[in-house]
Amino acid sequence: MAVDYFYPEYEIVRDPNRCIACRVCERQCANKVHSYDEASGKMVCDDAKCVNCHRCVALCPTRALKIVPSGDTFKSNSNWTDNYMKEIYRQANSGGVLLSSMGNPDNFPVYWDKILINASQVTNPSIDPLREPMETRTFLGKKPTHVKRDSNGRLVPNLEPQLELALPILFGGMSYGAISYNAHECLARAAETIGTFYNTGEGGLHKDFYKYGKNTIVQVASGRFGVHKDYLNAGAAIEIKIGQGAKPGIGGHLPGLKIVGDISQTRMIPMGSDAISPAPHHDIYSIEDLHQLVYSLKEATNYEKPVIVKIAAVHNVAAIASGVARSGADIIAIDGFRGGTGAAPTRIRDNVGIPIELALAAVDQRLREEGIRGNISIICGGSIRNSADVVKAIALGADAVYIATAALLALGCHLCRSCHTGNCNWGIATQKPELVKRLNTDVGTEHLINMLTAWGHEITEMMGGMGINSIEALRGNRLMLRGIGLTDRELAILGIKHAGE
Amino acid sequence: MKRVYVQEQWCLACHLCEYACAFANSGQKDMSKALKGVKINPRIRIEERDNISFAVNCRHCEEPLCQKSCISGAISVKDGVVHIDQDKCVGCYTCVLACPYGAIMPADGGHVMQKCELCTANGGEPACVAACPNRAIVFEER
Amino acid sequence: MKYVIIGNSAGAIGCIEGIRRHDKAGHIVLISAEPYHTYSRPLISYLLLGATDEQRMKYRPDDFYQQNGVETILGVAVSKIDAAKKQLKLSDGHTVKYDKLLAATGSTPFVPPTKGLEKAANAFTFMTLDDAKALDAVLTPTSRVLVVGAGLIGLKCVEGILHKVQSVTVVDLADRVLSSILNEKGAAIMQQYLAAKGVNFIMGDCVAEFGKNTARLQNSGQKLEFDALVMAVGVRPNTQLLADAGAETDRGVLVDEHCQTSLPDVYAAGDCTQGYDMAAGEKRILALLPNAYLQGECAGANMAGAEKEFTTGLAMNSIGFWGRHIMTAGVYEGKALEETDGDNYKCLFVKDNRLVGFIIIGDVARAGIYTALIREQKPLDEVDFELIKTHPQLMAFSRRERAQMLAGAKEEEA
Repeated sequence: MAVDYFYPEYEIVRDPNRCIACRVCERQCANKVHSYDEASGKMVCDDAKCVNCHRCVALCPTRALKIVPSGDTFKSNSNWTDNYMKEIYRQANSGGVLLSSMGNPDNFPVYWDKILINASQVTNPSIDPLREPMETRTFLGKKPTHVKRDSNGRLVPNLEPQLELALPILFGGMSYGAISYNAHECLARAAETIGTFYNTGEGGLHKDFYKYGKNTIVQVASGRFGVHKDYLNAGAAIEIKIGQGAKPGIGGHLPGLKIVGDISQTRMIPMGSDAISPAPHHDIYSIEDLHQLVYSLKEATNYEKPVIVKIAAVHNVAAIASGVARSGADIIAIDGFRGGTGAAPTRIRDNVGIPIELALAAVDQRLREEGIRGNISIICGGSIRNSADVVKAIALGADAVYIATAALLALGCHLCRSCHTGNCNWGIATQKPELVKRLNTDVGTEHLINMLTAWGHEITEMMGGMGINSIEALRGNRLMLRGIGLTDRELAILGIKHAGE
Repeated sequence: MKRVYVQEQWCLACHLCEYACAFANSGQKDMSKALKGVKINPRIRIEERDNISFAVNCRHCEEPLCQKSCISGAISVKDGVVHIDQDKCVGCYTCVLACPYGAIMPADGGHVMQKCELCTANGGEPACVAACPNRAIVFEER
Repeated sequence: MKYVIIGNSAGAIGCIEGIRRHDKAGHIVLISAEPYHTYSRPLISYLLLGATDEQRMKYRPDDFYQQNGVETILGVAVSKIDAAKKQLKLSDGHTVKYDKLLAATGSTPFVPPTKGLEKAANAFTFMTLDDAKALDAVLTPTSRVLVVGAGLIGLKCVEGILHKVQSVTVVDLADRVLSSILNEKGAAIMQQYLAAKGVNFIMGDCVAEFGKNTARLQNSGQKLEFDALVMAVGVRPNTQLLADAGAETDRGVLVDEHCQTSLPDVYAAGDCTQGYDMAAGEKRILALLPNAYLQGECAGANMAGAEKEFTTGLAMNSIGFWGRHIMTAGVYEGKALEETDGDNYKCLFVKDNRLVGFIIIGDVARAGIYTALIREQKPLDEVDFELIKTHPQLMAFSRRERAQMLAGAKEEEA
């Protein structure tokens, strides 16, 4: 039906003077956009299939290709945008829930970009991180409220299990299944080299990766896929995933199509069966239930590993976090609404949840007010895009941040947001062996290490500028932040002053 | 010595190495100008079948059978690099018959032979290595 | 240590390079009856063809002897080897002592005794640079050339001269061309090809009697007229010098896996030898340049005190005529797997799960992969033979073997 027809969103522009018909674009496009026309000896392409992943652009040896918006538009309408119209046509055709990948792309405020960082001048002089030691080492876990001594005055160790990070940055949960074996290997190896952690997501832990256990956070989600005793004990910490920023209130769904081979084995579910995680954990209906699960997991791991509870940033996040902090969890991870996903219902991704900046500030504030901030460490995630975001997050009260989309970008992701098709041309969000091998794990690992190393340098630069030589002294130090273009209400929630104040 | 090594698990059969090789040995400055409308005759070649692929080029053997078999004395070894003097080569193909890797082939026209010479004449790192998008081809000591 | 080398072709050069790999200092003396800097004998046909010249056909650069510290005695033949005294007697009366000797004395064209041959005008053999120069000097655009022998040498000569002369006729007693390397099918293809290029063939016949410019054939009685005659029936190894010195000989000088003769400190390489042919499983004469070099190199290494064996002697020929190439290797035994595809012909010989020989005409690309199968005696059930049968390719090997070939993996870790 004609109403199903969409003019392609992107147009592939090929410079005929440059193209040598080497066909690398054709060979490298899993969406079969490009093809070679024998008769004319020229490359041709079908723009309609293009997802704008830039694989062909990046590999074209003569720079003959670029991808531009096609420019086709319906009659201009600020309310009924092209996108909303197309979605209706699509649903009118399919009757289905619309799916999207990666984070919310809509034009909501990004508070990080409305917060500015301080620097010292004259008094409390700035520090040169290249000349003086800077401490970015971070410990996550419960902090003791008091020092215990025995009758001889010797210290009695009463520290709960901690995670030690060289940098206050961890890789966020992405399951083996959502992303490829190779992507997982890169994350694991980079985490090991840098001295931080990666997170299995809810897909279980491939047997090959147990060796990276001391740099692994194993996740327990509502589907309990891949969870068993060895798995729990394999990692350095266990994360109970209650919610995800991209899709608060619903569970995950990995189509049976992707449950192949090792993935089926790792998730401990039959080949080809859909992996549907329930919206709630069916054994958690209260903080007391959560407490039970936290302690079940601690019991299973001999109280040696911190337990993380990950929640999505939602409206009453501060109260929820307060409950989590009292559940026995060692760390709370809060995931903002711009966080990524391999697949989520579009409506939920784009309309549910709140920005991480506001959630983080509210949670930190609430826990401090209740005097339980030391009970629990805070990891925040949901679109940390650069080292300045990290610094701002820590000054707003986070102990550390999760990065996931940024890590995928370092691995080659071009945010085409087509993960759900399983045809990732960069070998990341796919399980097709011929695509997975496009991610050379040596290269990917190096890229992740490079990115974190660069961020580490930038973080210490910014800390030095503020006259701070330890990340500890930055945590919750909101005096180092100022808002710009924010309302009083927003500033109040963020707990920061306006620029100029 | 540094050699070109091919790690087939990372080869994507994109064939960029072949085009980079053809360009590097074309003596031209612009790739489009050099290769447009040209059937390339690269010194590195991809073999591919059922999702397995790998590039093959001269291995620069320590005991190069091509050099020992060359009837015209056109093949020599300098600093470990096996080199064909195309001026001396008469195109007898004995090297093709001797090479266990199938890494020697006729140059355009078929009158003399060609093979990978690690881009020693093209300055610097082998072009195939630089062009490989997945580091399947590396230039290193092993 | 004093090394003496008799000969100045591939075997001799191989020997020098073999010695120098292990002994940079020892004194090397090279003695050759030919007055030239080392040159490639198989290139004489290319010289006539115009594909090379005297300078370019030098087998090694001009400074080769100097670079390798070789004293040369050129244009002087060795008349006697005294193995007991370890010295040589030269044609100019000098004597040369040696500690280690390599005899790379080569071979000589075999000219069958034929009635009236001494009367024939412009009769040549085709082996040395002098032969080629002499032949070339008499050829004119109106020359009618008779070539006796449709083997490798005769036909390469034909390729070299056809464009210079009016006609070339080839006579051979064998029923097919290139009978030493081709089977009937292959020979028929090549004869047809060469005939189409303008070469006249008279097969299964031989010359009974020569006149000054005529040859009468034995079987047909036909009388051929010629202006120049090339005798290219075959070659005979030059064994006399070594045989006289007491070395064991059969058809050639017998050498062991170190390329040593039965005499102490006396080695031999090249056309004069009869060494082990791995495909045939016995000692054979392999009068081929690559074989000569490899034998010489092996001999040189052993002469210099290293331990090196040459056990992969193999018949292998690559020969082309006006851009059409033939490659053959090994022996033609066992099961013949033939394949004809347009102008291309291929026949693989498989015996006891091994490739033992092949004939390829036309599409010879990457044929060395087949040669390696023979040389390595690779069990064919360890490769994808159905695949490699179609085209020589590394895809037919295991991933592990490829890692060794292409990724530098060591045998144990691959």
